[in-house]
Amino acid sequence: MSKTTLIPIGPFHPLQEEAEYFQLSVEGERVVDMDVRLSYNHRGIEKLSESMTFDQVPFLVERICGICSASHPLAYIQAVEDIAQVKVPERALYLRTLVNELERIHSHVLWVGLAGHFLGYNTVWMWAWKYREPILDLLEKTTGSRINYANAMIGGCRRDIANECWPLIQKAMDDLTGHMEMLTKAILDDPVLHARLKGVGVLKKEDAIRYCVTGPTARASGVPIDVRRDDPYAAYDRVEWKLITQETGDVFAKAVVRLLETFESIKIVKQCARDIPDGPIAVEVRDIPPGEAVGHVEAPRGETFHYVRSDGTNRPVRHKVRAPSYVNVPSFKASCIGATISDVAITIASVDPCYSCTERMAVIDKATRKRLYTGEELVRLSEEKTRRMRKEAGL
Amino acid sequence: MADVLAGLRESLGGRILATESRSPRQTYVSVSCSDIPDAARCLFERLGGRLATVTGLDERDGIELLYHFCFDAERIVLTVKTKVAKPDPRISSITPFLPGAEWIEREIHDLLGVRFDGHPRPERLILADDWPEGVYPLRKDGRP
Repeated sequence: MSKTTLIPIGPFHPLQEEAEYFQLSVEGERVVDMDVRLSYNHRGIEKLSESMTFDQVPFLVERICGICSASHPLAYIQAVEDIAQVKVPERALYLRTLVNELERIHSHVLWVGLAGHFLGYNTVWMWAWKYREPILDLLEKTTGSRINYANAMIGGCRRDIANECWPLIQKAMDDLTGHMEMLTKAILDDPVLHARLKGVGVLKKEDAIRYCVTGPTARASGVPIDVRRDDPYAAYDRVEWKLITQETGDVFAKAVVRLLETFESIKIVKQCARDIPDGPIAVEVRDIPPGEAVGHVEAPRGETFHYVRSDGTNRPVRHKVRAPSYVNVPSFKASCIGATISDVAITIASVDPCYSCTERMAVIDKATRKRLYTGEELVRLSEEKTRRMRKEAGL
Repeated sequence: MADVLAGLRESLGGRILATESRSPRQTYVSVSCSDIPDAARCLFERLGGRLATVTGLDERDGIELLYHFCFDAERIVLTVKTKVAKPDPRISSITPFLPGAEWIEREIHDLLGVRFDGHPRPERLILADDWPEGVYPLRKDGRP
């Protein structure tokens, strides 16, 4: 009988919205089983939310994740606005769209950089992060903060964007388009990356549906869902953009979806900057009546889903939060089994959960509990595989 | 919305206890807890709904469970509500035919103490391994 080795990955990393622990059972190089555990860093946000007033909760939920810090509050706010039947001013809807799309751009570009790093393409990593920086500057200029923007509030937005900012935003988007075209070509035209990523970590369409995955993970497997189109919120029904899908479900497809979505986001931001109407940015909301509602928003990683129930007091009685990684992460069971260890790092990264934990991978012999590989060595294994393939391809 | 509701009515017949629509895109349907597997199977397998998540909340005399199904093409969210009675709240698991429910059922067991019969892996997800048995942090009384 062949020897099965257990590989624990994780669990602790303070930078993640959810600390995760992956345990891979491997025979030789091949993964035969996988277990995922999470909640090592459970902060009790849902319980905390019940102790805060309705208008305080957005500041709490935007801290669920530093990268999705526009999506979570917006999902919550939309649920509360649905309960209170608030009509949000037009200008606020455009401001919300703008900030949410800037967030998607910086999140997708961040992912491209990290994926490059995992594959041993450190130039891609440096490029991507360099081009991401002006987006964060733009967010700072428009919302006052690089992350945790505190942009939306119940009834509208907290902070307007001055009209002299629009040309700056247009210019930043034009610059980014050029950079992203170069980066996209560099990635999608690279024969080694094709060889390295195609057919790796495949999530089949039927598995994507069974595991109820969302966002780029679903769209790369041929499931055409996107809350921005399916349940339009903010100003998404007033702008033109395309839904990007791919059929193959492998890591390459997920990269294509994220890269092309960045261009769609740039298009949306430019249209918002061009079409935004003048007017008030918020209405006053005094009381939240009893009731319940669902709010969902397309975050960079997928649908973020909030349920809020009010009993007529100034605090929610129940506030349920479901982040996209919560449904995307379990799909590893379908996409990692049968893969080799050197492919696991990029397969896990392809869902964009939070790569931090893969840096903490360790391979441990089940019998002796002795550590075989450290996290750095696993990244090195992945990089070496790319190098080997590049050599074999004669590049 | 009408199609999905009609499909659910066809499968469940008179077992739908109440329907409520507060806004055009959100509908709430109440069923008794023994009908949850049938309702979920109909919504997921027959009507093509996507399970967004399940919300559990302590209503003092029982635990209320809300199964949120998104119908992306129809642009609606349909929530199936049920209530399981204390002191021993239990309900059939939907994970055997809907793997996307595995984590949330384990989470609700951890936080609210609902037992999901037939769950393939009824292990802890949220709580630490050394957390005491029978203490459910999201219950209003903090006790079983």
